[in-house]
Amino acid sequence: MSTTTHDAPVEDDVHHEEDTNYLNHESGIWSWLTTKDHKRIGVLYCISLAAVFFAAGVLALFMRAELSAPGETIMGNETYNQVFTMHGILMVFLFLVPSIPAILGNFVLPLQIGAKDVAFPKLNLASWYVYMAGAILTITALLTGGVDTGWTFYTPYSSTTGGGVLWMTAAIFVAGFASIFTGINFIVTVHKMRAPGMTWNRLPLFIWGLYATSIVQVLATPVIGITMMLLILEQTMQIGIFDPALGGDPVLFQHFFWFYSHPAVYIMILPAFGILSELIATFSRSRIFGYRAIALSSVAIAMLGFLVWGHHMFVSGQSAISSIVFSLITYLIGIPSGIKVFNWVATLYKGSIWLQTPMLYALSFLFLFTIGGFTGIMVGVLAVDVHLHDTYYVVAHFHYVMMGGSVVALLGGMHYWWPKITGRMYNETLAKIAAALVFVGFNLTFFPQLVLGSRGMPRRYANYADRFAGLHELSTYGSWVLGAGLFLILGYALWSLAYGEDAPANPWGATTLEWTNVAAIPDHHNFKRTPLVTRGPYDFHLADEVFGGGDGTALGDDVPRIPEPAPSAPTEENTAESASA
Amino acid sequence: MGDFWLPEAASTMAPEVDSLFNFVTVVSTILLVGVVAAMLWFIYRYRRQNPGERPAPVEESKLLEVSWIVIPTILVLLVFNWGFKSFITQKTIPPDAYEIRVQARQWSWSFEYPNGVTSDTMYVPANEPVKTTMTSSSVLHSFFVPAFRVKQDVLPNRYSSVWFEATKKGTFDVFCTEYCGLDHSEMDAAVKVVSRERFDQWLKQAATPKDIPLPRLGEQLYSQQGCQGCHSLDGSDMVGPTWKGLYGKTGHEMSDGSTVTADENYLRTSILQAGDKVVQGYQNVMPSYASLSEKEVAGLVAFIKEQSDKAPPQN
Repeated sequence: MSTTTHDAPVEDDVHHEEDTNYLNHESGIWSWLTTKDHKRIGVLYCISLAAVFFAAGVLALFMRAELSAPGETIMGNETYNQVFTMHGILMVFLFLVPSIPAILGNFVLPLQIGAKDVAFPKLNLASWYVYMAGAILTITALLTGGVDTGWTFYTPYSSTTGGGVLWMTAAIFVAGFASIFTGINFIVTVHKMRAPGMTWNRLPLFIWGLYATSIVQVLATPVIGITMMLLILEQTMQIGIFDPALGGDPVLFQHFFWFYSHPAVYIMILPAFGILSELIATFSRSRIFGYRAIALSSVAIAMLGFLVWGHHMFVSGQSAISSIVFSLITYLIGIPSGIKVFNWVATLYKGSIWLQTPMLYALSFLFLFTIGGFTGIMVGVLAVDVHLHDTYYVVAHFHYVMMGGSVVALLGGMHYWWPKITGRMYNETLAKIAAALVFVGFNLTFFPQLVLGSRGMPRRYANYADRFAGLHELSTYGSWVLGAGLFLILGYALWSLAYGEDAPANPWGATTLEWTNVAAIPDHHNFKRTPLVTRGPYDFHLADEVFGGGDGTALGDDVPRIPEPAPSAPTEENTAESASA
Repeated sequence: MGDFWLPEAASTMAPEVDSLFNFVTVVSTILLVGVVAAMLWFIYRYRRQNPGERPAPVEESKLLEVSWIVIPTILVLLVFNWGFKSFITQKTIPPDAYEIRVQARQWSWSFEYPNGVTSDTMYVPANEPVKTTMTSSSVLHSFFVPAFRVKQDVLPNRYSSVWFEATKKGTFDVFCTEYCGLDHSEMDAAVKVVSRERFDQWLKQAATPKDIPLPRLGEQLYSQQGCQGCHSLDGSDMVGPTWKGLYGKTGHEMSDGSTVTADENYLRTSILQAGDKVVQGYQNVMPSYASLSEKEVAGLVAFIKEQSDKAPPQN
């Protein structure tokens, strides 16, 4: 790592327009494909994941169109089965699992802790290439007959159906390594590369969320890799593991699968919790209420998350005793999530609340995730889950958590960090309209599904009884509203890239390092001088470098807030830090 | 409110599950309204009125934090305990339960009674505990009767069971709720709850007499064994080829490119080992019916012959 930037004149911080930044210091496709800059890798991931989200989202619209009326509307059973399978696989394995850590984590984590990059920049780039290899294998699976097993690959169906199943399992095996690489990188970076003064108690909560996520990624992902490998071995070498025809046990597969896939839910939601803390703090300008409770509950959830997989299997044929134990532990994990919601609401108390788009997403999250949490409590109740298992109630529940939670938080985070990533502002009015469309469309799509499920509508049905028709139709209309909102976002995001106003360095008046100590578009090396951290991440009352010394009344909303140069660490420490890193 | 959320309740288990469902829904709604109301009030009350505002930090309250750890913990433990007790009831099969064997296959159900009667519709006596002993011929399925609030996966390599006591006479849906391939959404059946007298009457009537003509035996098996789920008699295309005009067909094309003549031996093989000769354009999904007796196979063949007016094939 270079230390030459320490000598850069102070003025460079102010006159950033003339400066080079991470986007323009090198140019050409090759400079992007070989970059070891965590910010550029975040952007690469952003483009890949946007393509996956787009494809999987369009599949969802097709599914809703097919389900708009009973009987066959636009596709037959075989196509429908492939469509819902690919929607699930793409959304879970290739979008939600990497999403927040790979895009925003990569971009923001080193900036927030005052580091120049992640600990292993080459491994970070390798992660993106491994992910792309997984994506290519996924396309191969589609070309070799497609996959119609559902994203869960339950045996023995997945052993017998043929088509592209082996390619798809290979894709998940490979893409898992991308996740592991990112996890290892983040854990080491958080431990070893924090700026002077950035103690664990001063870590922004987004970092705590990413840190907890990374632990789960490193510990859980190998299990899905092994499971997929066993599936492949079983089918290519006829070794009986899961297929009863070969002497295997299909319930064993479910244990292995959920041993990863339940913790994977926390891989998806923990970083979303982190984003939410950032948004709520910045847009209410107050310290997160119960900072420690939120930070430690993330780690508690990451640990307990490994002990609840059996709650997916209450009617699978596992023993009643196992079901009872898994149900009990499931409740224990519900409590830390509840604590977070209460803490975020309490953070609003006596704050100064600014309803910009990222905050609208944060508030949507509070509503949607709370419904997701309560319906989660419902499906954790043993006797009730027997009725609700594998119905639309479960479908609606996990969409409230995964989409209403993770995706809404990701959208909030993308709007929040968009100016830092692109150097451009987005259109606030259009963004607010889109946020409203997403919120209304989401509820219109998934609330009817909760009712459908409790009334007995099974999931993964291409066709259904007439009495479910009304609510299905409503849900399809909802999907159009939701789709319109998401397409609107895509539209103004592209517009902003080309024509958006230049963003100031700190448009939200935030107090974490990526806003206070980094140029509007970050420098290739992030910081001109290693920052010295002297306060907590949300100590707005101490953040004089953002608000000026007085009460800050001179700063209007429209005035770009260019931070005062923050104190930097003594030079000896800088040198020591660079040497150790 | 239960009427809005939940389907008709028709078993002894249903009211218990429903009251628990309603309890969780009501408590969740109250808490959700509380959280959202607080959120909306704070947003209004503490809206930013001056861009430079820097509110003084709020002191954390230990009491508040402890209360929102302890109260939810008490609530969820209450719910867990309630759910646990009902679950034990669901899992404890009464020793005097009437047993019905359930066979699941892609994509139909068949129900077998102690006297040997098999049926594609499940008849059960009202107000008596009934136990199912279920197994699958190939992949996983799941037996779900929404009106009874029971569900249990059906596995190929072991028996699984549910029990229920129907409290209302009528016809209710059986759904398959474990994804099982192409026609998963078509894998439904009806459960008919009738009085004990009607049930006994049906059971006696449905029992196959030993001395009926072979085609009539085949006709009964056609519906009892679930053949009608995949093979039509009117020429329409379903999961499998229609039986109309099948017998006597020459140059019948197989998926491996060979052609066969649809004679008695072909029909017999296709019933016992369907995978040996798969007709061009169809999936290899039909399970083996090797459990049928020789007479039953002969009955089915005779019935299939009746569906065709072609001349018997010449060897």
